[in-house]
Amino acid sequence: MKPPRIWAWLALAFGLIYFFLPLIGTLEFSLRMRRGEYSFDAYRVVLADPQFRATFSYSVILACLTILVGVIIVVPTAYWVRLRLPRWRPVVEFITLLPLVIPPIVIVFGYIRLYNTSSILPLTGTAMGTNVLLMFGYATLSLPYMYRAVDTGLRAIDVATLTEAAESLGAGWITIMARVILPNVLVAVLSGAFLTFAIVIGEFVLAALLNRPAFGPYLQLIGANRAYEPAALAVIAFAITWACMGLIQLVTRFQKFKTVPR
Amino acid sequence: MAFLEISGLQKFYGPNHVVRDFNLDVGEGEFVSFLGPSGCGKTTTLRMVAGFETPSEGVIRIDGRDVVNLKPSQRDIGMVFQAYALFPNMTVAQNVAFGLKVAGMPRPRIAARVAEMLAIIKLPELGARFPFQLSGGQQQRVALARALAVQPKVLLLDEPLSALDAKIRVSLREEIRAIQRKLGITTIYVTHDQEEALAMSDRIVVMRDGIAEQIGDPFEIYNRPATRFVASFVGTLNVLDARLLDPATGLVTVDGQEIRLARAVRGEAGETIPISLRPQAILLGSGPDPGGRLRGRVDSVSFLGSVVRIRVALDGQNLAVDIFNTAAMRPPKPGETVDLAFATGDVLVLEGAAD
Amino acid sequence: MPRHRTSTIPAPRSWAWLGLLPFAAFAALFLIVPTMFIVVGSFRNAAGDFTLANIVNLFQPSILAAFWISIRISFASAFLGCAIGFAIAAAMIHGGLPGWLRGPMLTFSGVASNFAGVPLAFAFLATLGRLGLVTVLLRDWAGINIYAMGFNLLSFFGLTLTYLFFQIPLMILIVTPALDGLRREWREAAEILGASRAQYWRMVALPILWPTLLGTLALLFANAFGAVATAYALTGSSLGIVPILLFAQIRGDVLQDPHLGYALAFGMIVVTGIANAIYIWLRTRAERWIK
Repeated sequence: MKPPRIWAWLALAFGLIYFFLPLIGTLEFSLRMRRGEYSFDAYRVVLADPQFRATFSYSVILACLTILVGVIIVVPTAYWVRLRLPRWRPVVEFITLLPLVIPPIVIVFGYIRLYNTSSILPLTGTAMGTNVLLMFGYATLSLPYMYRAVDTGLRAIDVATLTEAAESLGAGWITIMARVILPNVLVAVLSGAFLTFAIVIGEFVLAALLNRPAFGPYLQLIGANRAYEPAALAVIAFAITWACMGLIQLVTRFQKFKTVPR
Repeated sequence: MAFLEISGLQKFYGPNHVVRDFNLDVGEGEFVSFLGPSGCGKTTTLRMVAGFETPSEGVIRIDGRDVVNLKPSQRDIGMVFQAYALFPNMTVAQNVAFGLKVAGMPRPRIAARVAEMLAIIKLPELGARFPFQLSGGQQQRVALARALAVQPKVLLLDEPLSALDAKIRVSLREEIRAIQRKLGITTIYVTHDQEEALAMSDRIVVMRDGIAEQIGDPFEIYNRPATRFVASFVGTLNVLDARLLDPATGLVTVDGQEIRLARAVRGEAGETIPISLRPQAILLGSGPDPGGRLRGRVDSVSFLGSVVRIRVALDGQNLAVDIFNTAAMRPPKPGETVDLAFATGDVLVLEGAAD
Repeated sequence: MPRHRTSTIPAPRSWAWLGLLPFAAFAALFLIVPTMFIVVGSFRNAAGDFTLANIVNLFQPSILAAFWISIRISFASAFLGCAIGFAIAAAMIHGGLPGWLRGPMLTFSGVASNFAGVPLAFAFLATLGRLGLVTVLLRDWAGINIYAMGFNLLSFFGLTLTYLFFQIPLMILIVTPALDGLRREWREAAEILGASRAQYWRMVALPILWPTLLGTLALLFANAFGAVATAYALTGSSLGIVPILLFAQIRGDVLQDPHLGYALAFGMIVVTGIANAIYIWLRTRAERWIK
């Protein structure tokens, strides 16, 4: 191997400084609550806050439901497009990429106007209706990631042969989906799911504008009114994101271990 | 004086000694193949000549100039890689022109040279195509034109045909050889295909475990293999363990049957030595005297087209016999006892004990 | 069983498209119709008649300034994100850095690219805010008061710097597979034909990577252009970038005319749309050599 070049080390050093300074700064700041010494006071205050628990569990539940809805919509669609409608693929892919192009704030603005109390589908009229709307909004935001993860997973298996084999054994559509396709793309689905979780858990704009008590707006509220707690919350949020990415790595590695080439 | 001179070349990768004391002189215009199984060091040696690997020790001279400390771009070398090494973002003509362009040649001269090269590889009308629009064989021809366009002193080819299918391999190897002869360019060709090496080369270097086991022209390599490895790698060969009875007269026994080699053999009486015989050097029947004879039982008979291969079992060892497939003679059936005859001069006594 | 033979032949007019209905309904209800509603609304007045007044109203200095600073921040963070992310990824793959760095670096990129929104603002406030670690350290140890020198996290420069925290890792994640796709033979062939390293990058590697680079630039641009949470948590409503303006408008605390809100949102779609159209146009020009 060639010896590392100086510019390569410089690029790496720049990256390390740029990315670790804010993390160190946040961590340091979060420990500064007690005057003159480092303490976990900020974390204690945050974790004891009933608002924290309420909004955090709200967002966790919402994230889980979003993942469920996302899987139910994306997996059969991606499967069906691969199996029967390959000509529709560019169209479907284009639609799944739209949420990367249309700013979320525009989408939620549309929701507010479209589903207000005077419309035919007055979702924003009730708390539950708004929750449902928020969940579908999150499903929309995570659509590009979920679809790509699942589609990549499907590419790795021979969808047509698996389906024919299952059909020849007398399996119905539900069975094929739940017993054959889903287990084979499970790792891809899980990767998409953890990514969705990471996106939903701290999301701000949709929750704030739909006025739901989610974790993101709570973070913003604390940030506007407190000094040290926001840093503690940022550390917690970073840890959650890291855990999601770690889990993706873990399931991916598990798959490599499981599917030994024959 | 040799045009390309390699002497005392060594290469270590950590504790692995991948090329050991490699010496070779290649004459101007000569076509030399490096032949051997994968991992034998042939590609590493080629890459050291190209300048992509640095030798641990040794000297490489091209046209009298020591190139070991020169960059690949300064060595005046053209190279054709295994496959897919054309720049995918450039047309055929742009690919061929690349080396001329970076050398700063004026445009009209580049265009003329590109046209000339495309004519040589017989693809004059494909200049505007992109690599993905070409077949594998066409791509490798363009790669050859690209390598030759800059008029290098030495041409290196690293298994250029291994990714192609059998028919194109044969026609393209003839074409490469013809172009090489026409331009008279000094060439090193790396391959693991013995047929390719035998068909194309002026000389062949057979390599194993980083060592050049034998260097010689195809006739010599095929008919007078110096080692058991060369013998078995180049063509099919029967290798038999023989017991040496009398070194001075070359009297040996193979599974109890005597053979008088009629020449002295190195070794001591009672020792076991490997001897070998090509399948096509053996005839069915008793044959003329004085000659070698063996008797055995037919194990299997397989038709290989123009040749019939018969496996004959002796007392524990067995050997293959190739006879021409003629309508006049029916081959023996399995189970029959047959006499085998051969000229004792065709028996090779190999260096190196059985491995 | 001849009777069954017909059933094995697929029907000429297949009903397979029915399988797309759930997805189509979802996409229509929660993505396409809401967006179209905004687009149509921006061409209507309060009475529901067609008008260009909303669009014309966009061309007032405060809104134009908001668009201008948004575009500048988005482009700067996208461009720098591409350049720096590319440099880091290239250092990792072609710079001869130790191979074990790669795994941790990609994992970290995955984390950092998703570490956006409100917590990211907190992190930068805790680091480069008036009482942040770096600010304090520079002031106490090096005697440099960056705020006295005109630095402000709530500015073009500060926001760009903050956005880079998710832009650079996103670039690394996208460009790493593309850099892996550069074959060793291309570099060696260029080298042995006499090209210098710079010539190889200019004539071979960059043209091959061009579509990926362009696509990522467009993606990063849209990514930054639509980002609300980070800027809002950093600045409240004080920095007038378009998404913040729209956010305030939807909340009902700035502009009184709802249809101007439509027009603002429509303007955002137009900007990201143009960015992607430029990308697609350049890409089709650059990709003639791809199947």
